[in-house]
Amino acid sequence: MSNIAVARTVAKLTVIVVAMFAFVFVVMVPLYDTLCAALGLNGKYLSGRAEVVETTVDESRTIKVQFVASNAEGMPWEFQPVQTTVQVHPGAVGTIVYHAHNGTDRDMIAQAVPSFVPARAARYVHKTECFCFQHQPLKAGESAELPMQFIIDQDLPREIRTISVSYTIFDITDMVDGETVASR
Amino acid sequence: MDAHAHHGPAKGLTRWLFTTNHKDIGTMYMWFSFAMFILGGAFAMIIRAELFQPGLQMVNPEFFNQMLTLHGLVMVFGAIMPAFVGLANYMIPMMIGAPDMALPRMNNWSFWILPFAFAMLVSTLFMEGGSPNFGWTFYAPLSTTYAPPSVTFFIFSIHIMGMSSIMGAINIIATVINMRAPGMTYMKMPMFVWTWLITAFLLVAVMPVLAGAVTMMLMDIHFGTSFFSAAGGGDPVLFQHVFWFFGHPEVYIVILPAFGVVSQIIPTFARKPLFGYDSMVYATASIAFLSFLVWAHHMFTVGMPIAGELFFMYATLLIAVPTGVKVFNWVTTMFRGSMTFETPMLFCIGFIILFTIGGFTGVMLAIAPADFQYHDSYFVVAHFHYVMVAGAVFSMTAAIYYWLPKWTGKMYDETLGKTQFWIAFIGFNLAFFPQHFLGLAGMPRRIPDYALQFTNFNMLSSIGAFIYGGAQVLLGFNVIRTIVAGKPVNDPKVWDGAQGLEWTLPTPAPYHTFTTPPEVK
Repeated sequence: MSNIAVARTVAKLTVIVVAMFAFVFVVMVPLYDTLCAALGLNGKYLSGRAEVVETTVDESRTIKVQFVASNAEGMPWEFQPVQTTVQVHPGAVGTIVYHAHNGTDRDMIAQAVPSFVPARAARYVHKTECFCFQHQPLKAGESAELPMQFIIDQDLPREIRTISVSYTIFDITDMVDGETVASR
Repeated sequence: MDAHAHHGPAKGLTRWLFTTNHKDIGTMYMWFSFAMFILGGAFAMIIRAELFQPGLQMVNPEFFNQMLTLHGLVMVFGAIMPAFVGLANYMIPMMIGAPDMALPRMNNWSFWILPFAFAMLVSTLFMEGGSPNFGWTFYAPLSTTYAPPSVTFFIFSIHIMGMSSIMGAINIIATVINMRAPGMTYMKMPMFVWTWLITAFLLVAVMPVLAGAVTMMLMDIHFGTSFFSAAGGGDPVLFQHVFWFFGHPEVYIVILPAFGVVSQIIPTFARKPLFGYDSMVYATASIAFLSFLVWAHHMFTVGMPIAGELFFMYATLLIAVPTGVKVFNWVTTMFRGSMTFETPMLFCIGFIILFTIGGFTGVMLAIAPADFQYHDSYFVVAHFHYVMVAGAVFSMTAAIYYWLPKWTGKMYDETLGKTQFWIAFIGFNLAFFPQHFLGLAGMPRRIPDYALQFTNFNMLSSIGAFIYGGAQVLLGFNVIRTIVAGKPVNDPKVWDGAQGLEWTLPTPAPYHTFTTPPEVK
């Protein structure tokens, strides 16, 4: 046997091992997100700010949109929707306000992240204005009303009558030194 | 070769701690896996005792979940995988005419980290909050947001097991590629060596993926990332994709070496060469290749697009073709052979029958619309125990009886061996066949209590499980009895139909073998 040949085999295999470990993070995770966003799976539809366009309002049906709020682990703010349910026609503009209160004694920055149920409704909710597009800084003891404006697409499948929108609020105070967190 | 090559083994405990001898390391792997097999079996006995009748008798549901999780983890990573790695360590150098493994020191290291990994895993039972309780598939968010604090120890032990497997696999590939005796071309290698070479490539490819999955869990739990948390923009379904991208090749990692063992033993007792050797090699390689394309058949119900359901369904059904080729070849090898039915042969025939049943239920589960009914039911439990236990464990048992005389120079007691086979065969089928019916009738898996109408089949299943557990105690007894009081064998061939380089060596195999490579015609 030749030691050089063994060393060469081991070197090649080590490259495979390292490459496969990297593959999980560099390929699988982004590819999954991209595919889900492209196919509108699991609520991964990446909706940025939608432009307000004149559309016809579909008055033949009313969609019940429910709003939920939750705090990520270790996030001490008070955070809840002012009204929990809105009835809108597809194509009409709906508005909702969330209330946030920083009850701590330090200035903090928060970021809200949305998710939708049913997940496939995500791509039919167009947000024309949302607090989730920006970071939300609140000084110690300060409160804020956070508005969100949306239009339900007329193409929303007819069997969907209720959409739940959930926002989870994260403490990102320590993470935003010049760096911005992508809003969705 | 240095002067030590002519010495026997060192004396005392340090022989085992510092050994670089492939036979010593193989032996330790196999004893370790047997210990883990008994431990995982004890967990299974607790599960089956609780399920003997409806209601909660023996344990509380939290502890039941911990038993379920540890049973799966210990059996897959502690019993089956190390058993075949040990067998590979012992047999591959003797089968290809090499003096030892290519990387003997790494071999020592890859074995000795295993006991620490499992000591850590099992120690979580005594920690506050108990051991992992989220099933061996550790789906997020059960294993992240809702996991007990001991999950960090679980993650670390999975990392160590992964490293051990990767090092073992690299060693096997380096040995098979570089150390074959002159004249032993790839297509002259014994089937066991072939299946292990392919298995080792699977290990190298997917164990890092498992490491990636648990690393992401670790980061979600401790470092504020949200890979698997929908609240932070991640997705728990991503976990299932990453896990099964590892997990499906993993089941072939478990079963391919078993195929290799059966392909060695059947020709011996049918006294005919293996039918369709070339097609066996290509079938094994095809199974390994296809295993990367079918992972999502474990998750048909997560809400995939219909195109995805169809792709993974057809790709999975395709695997039945090379697997069918293998079963056909084994049966054809026996056809018109002068067969005898020693214990290893009985276990191999049992393997073929039961593995084929497991294969059929696998085809049933592969059909996406039908899987919506079977998903997460006891039918799945029955299916994977038919392929894992009757597949991997039966063939490992066959391997032990087949090569034990070569390892120890002593013959096991044929009557006791056959007794063990029949107890195991009856116990196994009594334990797992009724679970098919339970699943089809709607009993979910992973529950400590169940509806009354499932009582009778569960009782049968528990009785079968206790019988099967007893058969394993008899296996341990048989092996120890052989070592202590077996009838000596001196014939190098042991079995009159045996073929291959390992049977040209003296019996018992000396500590160092093939220090000068044999010539293969």
